[in-house]
Amino acid sequence: MVTEVASCTFDRLELDSGVTIAPVEVAYETYGELNAARSNAVLIVHAFSGDAHAAGEGGWWSSMIGPGKAFDTDKYFVICSNVLGGCRGTTGPGSVNPETGCPWALSFPQVTIADMVRLQKMLIDHLGIGRLLTVSGGSMGGMQALEWAVTYPDRVASAIPIATTARHSAQQIAFNEVGRQAIMADPDWNNGNYYGGRLPGRGLAVARMVGHITYMSDESMREKFGRKLRTPDQFEVESYLKYRGYKFVDRFDANSYIYITRAMDTFDLTQRGALPTLFEANEARFLLISFTSDWLYPPYQSLEIVKALRGRNCDVAYCNLDARYGHDSFLVEVEQQTEVVRGFLASTFREAAANV
Amino acid sequence: MPSVHGRRDFAIIGELIEPKTRVLDLGCGEGELLAWLKEHKQVDGRGVEMEGARVQKAIARGASVYQGDLESAVEDYPDQAFDYVVLSQTLQETRYPLAVLRGMLRVGKRAIVAFPNFGHYSVRLAWLLSGRAPRTDRFPYDWYDSPNIHFLSVLDFEALAETQGWKVERRICVAGERQVTWLPNLMAEIAVFEVSAGAGLKPRPIGHPG
Repeated sequence: MVTEVASCTFDRLELDSGVTIAPVEVAYETYGELNAARSNAVLIVHAFSGDAHAAGEGGWWSSMIGPGKAFDTDKYFVICSNVLGGCRGTTGPGSVNPETGCPWALSFPQVTIADMVRLQKMLIDHLGIGRLLTVSGGSMGGMQALEWAVTYPDRVASAIPIATTARHSAQQIAFNEVGRQAIMADPDWNNGNYYGGRLPGRGLAVARMVGHITYMSDESMREKFGRKLRTPDQFEVESYLKYRGYKFVDRFDANSYIYITRAMDTFDLTQRGALPTLFEANEARFLLISFTSDWLYPPYQSLEIVKALRGRNCDVAYCNLDARYGHDSFLVEVEQQTEVVRGFLASTFREAAANV
Repeated sequence: MPSVHGRRDFAIIGELIEPKTRVLDLGCGEGELLAWLKEHKQVDGRGVEMEGARVQKAIARGASVYQGDLESAVEDYPDQAFDYVVLSQTLQETRYPLAVLRGMLRVGKRAIVAFPNFGHYSVRLAWLLSGRAPRTDRFPYDWYDSPNIHFLSVLDFEALAETQGWKVERRICVAGERQVTWLPNLMAEIAVFEVSAGAGLKPRPIGHPG
């Protein structure tokens, strides 16, 4: 698989809030090769804690991206970039503010899902791609895919939003707020100015532990841990959550946690109009996927979007896949997902080629 | 008459549908008809199917299929969004057939309905001779595990069309590989009707079903 790890700097990015970030850097990776017609480009958009490293060794969606996989890198040119506000190479609160020479921390402007997508579009322009074959992602990635389809409908032949929503419910906001409060309750929080000192690692780890619970299902937790003991006085599940929590601290910035969860919570497509009106005359193809055991982004949230698309007679396919792993299903239970994504993508590619 | 994926009703429907039209297939299964129509008639198709495994196969085949209940799904599409709305071998399984048919004529200019004819002589004979719920080639189920919850014949459908003011544009009756014109209500195994709402006649809004 031809792989490129790169980054690119733009002079400025205007945000929804009216604030401008200048300059702004975006880290991205590409897999496979762009064809001569530039018609085989696929943008993968990552979920809350993801990064640009989507495929290959240790890639967060390597089960779906690669030679012969759902996003087949022998056929498609796959791009994935780290989101704005992130901490994995793209400008975020941990980056240095050029005006002060210090990390932005909480002085970093609030960013939105639309801001993230605007930066991705600059990258796609920079790569010389007129129209993406598809933009796809799960969870917060699904929000970005929807944002792409609504804001730049003529730049995408299709969108594949997975296990996502047009807006967070009170329950989803509530879990995010618990995570933020855990971070801010850490004695080392120091109002976000912890760079160069002790990190609010305990708070961030607790936030991640709560997150992991919401990504699993009752069934998958029973199956994986049950009431097994790790040591005489510690359950397996406790040990697992602590391990995942503290591992997260090594690769994730607490301020990014706060900024990105806020961007998810404030995302609300319906603020721009009733959902059906947003899809009026949208000519992109859509494939939405939800999972039966996903209680964090329940199927009804996908169905709301699908109903709006059908109400405007848009070209939409939808399936609710039988899965046991809760919200994590889009990452770990990929067999059925692969079948539908592969077929959908192949037919979209055929049609796009026929319409050129 | 050739078959499509081993289905004669598909072959007939495939012939009725004009090229480059918009088609909604209710109860589309694995999307065989939609895929055939797309390839041979450049149709812009959509499907509705309840069963997950079938939906996955249909989407994998390239069909734009929605996983859901067809009876409520038909209500979500805008008026006259399709040239044809197809309901093949499913009418007898729906809970409120009249509501479904009205919905089809609201969202589509034409409804194409294929169903097994309960007036076929084999059904009548089976019933007459056994005195039990008839089981035939077309109705192979025991009464207690049959998906069929309504039984209708060619004449029943025509009577309904008349009372509703619908216009029967075409009617094709088949038995085995042959088309039937003589005594269709007695001889036809499968009937395919192409129906429109009729000249100047608006389909009634969908009220409370039943």
